[in-house]
Amino acid sequence: MLGLGPQDWQAIEVTFKLCLYTTLILLVIATPLAWWLAAGRSNVRTAVQALVALPLVLPPTVLGFYLLVALGPRGVVGSTLEDIGLSHLAFSFEGILVASVLYSMPFAVQPLHEAFSQLGRRPIEVASALGANAVDRFLTVVLPLTRGGFVVAFTLTFAHTLGEFGVILMLGGSIPGETKVLSVLIYDHTEALNYDAAHRLSLGLLVFSFLTLFVVYAINRRFRVARVG
Amino acid sequence: MSATSPAPAAIPAITPTKAPTKGPGALAAATLSVRARLQRAGFTLEVDAALPLAGVTALFGRSGCGKTSLLRVIAGLDRVAGADVRFGDEVWQRGRHFVPLHRRRIGLVFQEHSLLPHLGVRDNLLYGYRRTPPAERRLHLQEVVDMLGIGELLERSIDKLSGGQRQRVSLGRALLTSPRLLLLDEPLSALDTQTKREIMPFLSRLAAEAGVPIVMVSHAPEEVERLADRVVFMRDGRIDCIETLRQALARSDSPLFADEGAVSVLEGLPGAVGPHGLRAFGPEGARLWLSAGGAAVGEGQAGEAFATQPPAAETAASPPRRLQRLRILARDVSLALDDPTRISIQNHLRVTIERIEAHTPGRVLVTCRLADDQLLLAEVTPWSVTQLGLAPGQQVYALIKSVALLG
Repeated sequence: MLGLGPQDWQAIEVTFKLCLYTTLILLVIATPLAWWLAAGRSNVRTAVQALVALPLVLPPTVLGFYLLVALGPRGVVGSTLEDIGLSHLAFSFEGILVASVLYSMPFAVQPLHEAFSQLGRRPIEVASALGANAVDRFLTVVLPLTRGGFVVAFTLTFAHTLGEFGVILMLGGSIPGETKVLSVLIYDHTEALNYDAAHRLSLGLLVFSFLTLFVVYAINRRFRVARVG
Repeated sequence: MSATSPAPAAIPAITPTKAPTKGPGALAAATLSVRARLQRAGFTLEVDAALPLAGVTALFGRSGCGKTSLLRVIAGLDRVAGADVRFGDEVWQRGRHFVPLHRRRIGLVFQEHSLLPHLGVRDNLLYGYRRTPPAERRLHLQEVVDMLGIGELLERSIDKLSGGQRQRVSLGRALLTSPRLLLLDEPLSALDTQTKREIMPFLSRLAAEAGVPIVMVSHAPEEVERLADRVVFMRDGRIDCIETLRQALARSDSPLFADEGAVSVLEGLPGAVGPHGLRAFGPEGARLWLSAGGAAVGEGQAGEAFATQPPAAETAASPPRRLQRLRILARDVSLALDDPTRISIQNHLRVTIERIEAHTPGRVLVTCRLADDQLLLAEVTPWSVTQLGLAPGQQVYALIKSVALLG
């Protein structure tokens, strides 16, 4: 199908599984984190904000290197996992999932942070006065009013995870069905001078990424307009 | 003035399904006590006060004096460390004990834009109602909608509302939680004069009939004079004094007089419309004549801004039998030794001079007592005092050029 071989389909499956899990995990982590960041100003908050944004500026190899050291069999996390009877995370799907979550975190946190800051305190104060508790306020006021921020955050997270390469190569290597994602496979195809195969996958990713970003910006535009009204 | 502005009588009375807690009941004796110290950059709020939980209490002072900060402490919007807030015998904040706002059952109305933008008018109104336990609901959608005249707005989205309509919906939404206390943070200050006049009657009707104690932040003397029963004067983060409106208006150095000069507020019942087309106000002996529309008297033209076309309900010789207030600027009151007959001013009252005191440079404030014991202030020149030989105890005639009915 589409001239793709079983190797390609395997990589597509690994890639989309990685993107989906990363997005779901970040939904749980980034929402409270962004809420906390938007809730006030302090040096601790600024430090956390900078930490979250680090993957934006660091070479992926730096993050990949430290993750390899930490999650590997002799690393702090890896050895602890071994001690309690689990396996270390280097060269495994779980390992690159951890890496993806860290690497894509700014793409989830920043749009949410922005959306929560724009929302301000007033709607929440209003809802409190009307008898809504914290969960109620989040579900009936915050969520509907920051919907655009959520859509942007999670589409960008998904799309950005799709484009990961360096971190995965450093930490996961290129194990078919486990850590070999599309970007890595394209690299392999190219190294093997298999340009046709590389081209098919590259074009597919290009089109998919463009469509994703198009949708994001379209939503973003509507979101802005709606807020002004 | 446009015909769309509702006159006070157009508003149906609120009829809570349970008896209001106003009057000699439990709440009348109860107080709201607040003790708080709050330090911010360049500003310290330090208050320790007990406010009776009845009628309308105005927090009055210039911008930045701490009125809104105090209101936010009362509401629990800002959790100020060490503050002590009690509502009747219920402790809202003391030490580590803190009742969050959503459990205090307070109605809150902000200065501007506080409607939830993703909900329409109906859902905004019902947001709090749905979260009020059915047993606690005293007011229901239909009554509140009728009272505020927002029936036609129900199905609209909130960005199609004018500023005045938004504030009416905000008020209605707060009322529909059947609150035990209404906190209003300058609810009129973002509105233009015309819209203010449109909302004021609703607020005063609310104050008189909803049976909910109100604490209102204001920096506008007219709002205070129109609505408040007592005034908390604030300055630089502190409370100067707490006075009844009557006390606050009885001293010539009242902060309420800072903008427009001295003002008297007369309370009375509006009477029937006389043959000359003017409506009586107040008892025999202290009777004033107002233009039937509900607001103005005087030399024909005076106070025209208030001359609304009365709705049918009001012209039907049965004005609302509820105490209303008249606001009279002292500089619109002249004194005469005899009752002048050939003069365009319609309102002449026989009064007794209580006190004569220097007011502003070149002006003297004469406090007069009406036949029904209410006080009326007149601002005259020292020269007039000498020329007429005015003295305390003397009976004179007060000529009132224009008055405004406050509803």
